[in-house]
Amino acid sequence: MSTPPQIRLGLLLLFAPIVFWLALLVILPHVDMLLISLRVRVAPREYATSLANYAEFFTEPLYWNTFARTAIMSVTATVMTLLIAFPVSYYIAKMVRGRSKTFLFLLCLTPFWVSELVRTFGWMILLRETGIVSSLLLWSGLTDARVELLYNDAAIMVGLVYTSMLFMVVPLVTTLDSLDDSLVEAGYDLGGNSFTVMRHIVIPHAMPGIASGSIVVFMLTLGNYLTPKLLGGKDSLWFTDQIYTQFITRFNWELGSAFGFLLLVLSSAIVWIGLKLSGQTLSATVR
Amino acid sequence: MPVTSPSTDADLECVQLVKRFGDFTAVDDVSFTIAEGSFFSILGPSGCGKTTLLRMIAGFQRPDGGDIRIKGKSIVALPPNRRPVNMVFQHLALFPMMTVEQNIAYGLKRRKASRAEIARKVAAVLERVGLPELAGKRIDQLSGGQKQRIAIARCLVLEPALLLLDEPLGALDLKLRERLKVELKELQAQVGTTFAYITHDQSEALVMSDQVAVMDRGRFVQVGTPQQLYFEPRTAFVAGFVGDSNRWSGRVEDTNGTEAIVITTNGLTMIATRAGEPALSKGDAVDIFVRPEAIVLGRDADGAGGCENRLPGRVESLLFDGANSRVMVRHPATGGDIMVALPQTGELMGLRRGEDVYLGWRARQATCFAAAP
Repeated sequence: MSTPPQIRLGLLLLFAPIVFWLALLVILPHVDMLLISLRVRVAPREYATSLANYAEFFTEPLYWNTFARTAIMSVTATVMTLLIAFPVSYYIAKMVRGRSKTFLFLLCLTPFWVSELVRTFGWMILLRETGIVSSLLLWSGLTDARVELLYNDAAIMVGLVYTSMLFMVVPLVTTLDSLDDSLVEAGYDLGGNSFTVMRHIVIPHAMPGIASGSIVVFMLTLGNYLTPKLLGGKDSLWFTDQIYTQFITRFNWELGSAFGFLLLVLSSAIVWIGLKLSGQTLSATVR
Repeated sequence: MPVTSPSTDADLECVQLVKRFGDFTAVDDVSFTIAEGSFFSILGPSGCGKTTLLRMIAGFQRPDGGDIRIKGKSIVALPPNRRPVNMVFQHLALFPMMTVEQNIAYGLKRRKASRAEIARKVAAVLERVGLPELAGKRIDQLSGGQKQRIAIARCLVLEPALLLLDEPLGALDLKLRERLKVELKELQAQVGTTFAYITHDQSEALVMSDQVAVMDRGRFVQVGTPQQLYFEPRTAFVAGFVGDSNRWSGRVEDTNGTEAIVITTNGLTMIATRAGEPALSKGDAVDIFVRPEAIVLGRDADGAGGCENRLPGRVESLLFDGANSRVMVRHPATGGDIMVALPQTGELMGLRRGEDVYLGWRARQATCFAAAP
């Protein structure tokens, strides 16, 4: 099939912005980062190609412990977000109608009108030693001294789930909205109970939404810097923090690049495993 | 309508069912019974409450009053999944995430049937609807007619006491609909399951049913066999809704109780037979209905001999539709159009526009009802 030249030119011009954007801001920096990660400084301004940066990651327990911890915490945060967001989304999409539906959906959106930093500070106001929760506990006599609720894994988890909520609710509401009510009714009519209808009809239908929501939440959580840092304090041990330290504090761009690459490989691998386990494909997810 | 007394061979019995949505009464004091093994249709225009009625029987809506009994036992308190009733939904509601086989097996699995039993029953029901080769197909690979039959198979495999069908032919094209009407009727006769079918298409109801209930504004207007509804409508609504009719409004000039001489609003005088209650008296406003096929058409005045009502007319247009061909005849004095069935035989074959014809019909084929106030 031959295309007239003017159409081909039009297509080229149409695709030019996205091609430039991808090439200059995504592909080029990654190639450069890969090259940087594969070299070591042997003398001032003298470099040699080596895998030493990657070797250092595996020999230093702090690095791969942080790495594993970040991955596990991110998966946990994703699962928790899903567990909390699914009933919320089901309620918004299937149980309420008309204005209250729009209202509830907007209610999920409103926290995202302020920046992530402000939202995280909000949690700090609530959870810190002199904060609202602590004061309430003291006032009600449940505790006899102020308690520090910040700077632990639970605080990080709360912050991460809260920050990710919307990114799970939106795709879930969209897919659940497209579920025909009569399918659910047919599920009951043919003898199913709430559990079997959920298990065999609602969840299989919502699977693309669950997958895309989980991927987005997982990626955001894994790459989150602010929430673990502020709510987890100095000992938060989040892998993005390690990367930051290498680039900014230690000025060790070589090791930082290697870490960056490992994080990319890790997130891709976990998403791939997740898709395989749930029997989904990436193309079905973005449809 | 009188409350039908409970009978022993009734499959479904509804007693004084009421459903309100706010101020609106969707189903208003409806009572009826469906005999075991029969094909029962509820026919009515959209918004008449027939879907609400069906959803109450299926259990998706709770009646505000009255009782629903299946084989004598009340099912009002049971949730949909514990009622011995299955429903074929308007858009069929086949599960797209499952194969044909899994769709049919879904209900059996919920009953904890053994694997071997499920396989045997699924194969048997697929055989019954004539689609054994489709077992492994996905739902989106099926044609409209196949989906239809799979949706019915999915319910029949559970051997329900009553199968509810919510306008399942509505989404199909005309040709397929005509064919499936016949197939559905045959299938029902074969399996012997009681069918309750709702539709707004009078032809579907008339072709398939043993009994038809005509529903209007939440009430059953008339229940009877298709023949009764067509030939002996008891209200103006049934006469107008079931089948085609010529309709005139007029005023009673004289009456002997059963027959009446009526002068229509456009000045025709005709003799009509009273149908339904109440009795007519002089001066009453009435509606007259005459079926197109009840009118005799002739080229000369003798053709309409023996008819009490006779009119001259001129052929205005010919609507050829094979066996359903019609002629529109204009009455020259009043300018009113009358629809007449055109037999595809004999002398009327060459009829053309502008010809003068004579029309005639018997008094007992012109039914008149007291006009709605």
